[in-house]
Amino acid sequence: MDAQTIIARRVARELRTGNLVNLGIGIPTLVANYVPPDLQVFFQSENGLIGTGPIPEQGMAHPLLTDAGGRPISALPGACTFDSAMSFGLIRGGHVDVTVLGGLQVDAEGHLANWMIPGKMVPGMGGAMDLVSGAKRVIVAMQHAAKGKSKIVSKCTLPLTSARPVTLVVTDMAVIGFHGGKATLLETAPGVGVAEVLAVTEAELVIPDTVPEMKL
Amino acid sequence: MTLDADQSDAAIRREHPVPVTPAIKRLMTGVPIMKAISLEEAVAMVPAKASVMVGGFMGVGTPERLLDEVVRQQKKGLALISNDAATPGKGVGKLFDAVLVSHLTASHIGLNPKAQQQMLTNQIAVDLIPQGTLVERIRAGGCGLGGVLTPTGVGTTVAEGKRQIEIDGKTFLLETALRAQFAFVHAFLADYLGNLAYALTARNFNPIMAMAADTVIVTAEHIVPVGVIAPDHVVTPAPLVDYLIANG
Repeated sequence: MDAQTIIARRVARELRTGNLVNLGIGIPTLVANYVPPDLQVFFQSENGLIGTGPIPEQGMAHPLLTDAGGRPISALPGACTFDSAMSFGLIRGGHVDVTVLGGLQVDAEGHLANWMIPGKMVPGMGGAMDLVSGAKRVIVAMQHAAKGKSKIVSKCTLPLTSARPVTLVVTDMAVIGFHGGKATLLETAPGVGVAEVLAVTEAELVIPDTVPEMKL
Repeated sequence: MTLDADQSDAAIRREHPVPVTPAIKRLMTGVPIMKAISLEEAVAMVPAKASVMVGGFMGVGTPERLLDEVVRQQKKGLALISNDAATPGKGVGKLFDAVLVSHLTASHIGLNPKAQQQMLTNQIAVDLIPQGTLVERIRAGGCGLGGVLTPTGVGTTVAEGKRQIEIDGKTFLLETALRAQFAFVHAFLADYLGNLAYALTARNFNPIMAMAADTVIVTAEHIVPVGVIAPDHVVTPAPLVDYLIANG
């Protein structure tokens, strides 16, 4: 199983029936592919839709029905549309149960940096700051390391997305929580040992007595 | 005291006569009240360096024909307010292709390399604002509010230079209201009065911006008789619309 699939499958297990869920661009988008069929989850697209469905069949796309990246999507039965004030009212107002976002860095206290690299990449924060500030649970889905460098750092060196810590980080190697304000190793990926995780993690991790293997 | 229904109705009519003005008579007989104007006329009203809000999200729900005409008439130095910079050739992206923007207020420009390049070479000044804050600032501008208090951005670079206000132990940023001289709005349906309804994800910033500009100019995919949009389905009420662009 490749890194992205491990991350997406593990994140999908965090979703519960009735949840309103917002998925970011990249690995987070893949999560929708692994939601168990008996689970009734509402996906929000922040450009104004609850009930986001899969990419339409060839020739069936509508130019006025897209995801937040402008790509064609479909709408499931029971879907509803709304304006951007409503959309971000849902997000900031705590009505979104789970948001899944990509990350550049997460630090030992659970702070996320995911919107810019000064001097290199300044795309703008889009909806990320509102999502991290307002969603009930914030899950970061990202690779554990990039070019051999840990993305779980002691302290974020990139500009923060929010002062509010995230709930969970799911990587291709581990699940890390921040209960009590300290990065805690909750699970390891199949075939990955605790020592292996520690070897590629810059941040100090709390290691409980037992660290179970991720269920995928 | 009780009255039977007829007496009550007659009494109310005597006390509160409903004026039937020529305009209401025209409306009742289906004669259009709002005259659609040409793109050329509408855009000619926009001076160079105007502040303009443009609806749409990554070019979806953007009044493309108005932007094409802005490019044709070469309206330079615009202060643009829009969610994003779209992509080259699409939506507000066309304004960056033609280098007509001098100031941009948006939440995301990452998918338009031209806008990024113009920012990095200081051809345009850019205010990047969290999307929820951007839409609330516009909403405040349209609703007579001085601003809004939001938790978004507290403890980040977004908070720099802004007033922070603590309410019940929670910190908020004071984000001020945003208005513009013009709003370019795209609707799915517009009726002869100017009532608007939107489709699917093309609604986004459009109805919010229709509240927040001195002059509101609308393109619609379909212009329909009054009554086709049911009262419950009107999203933007007609009095907010100043000009409707003729179709066809």
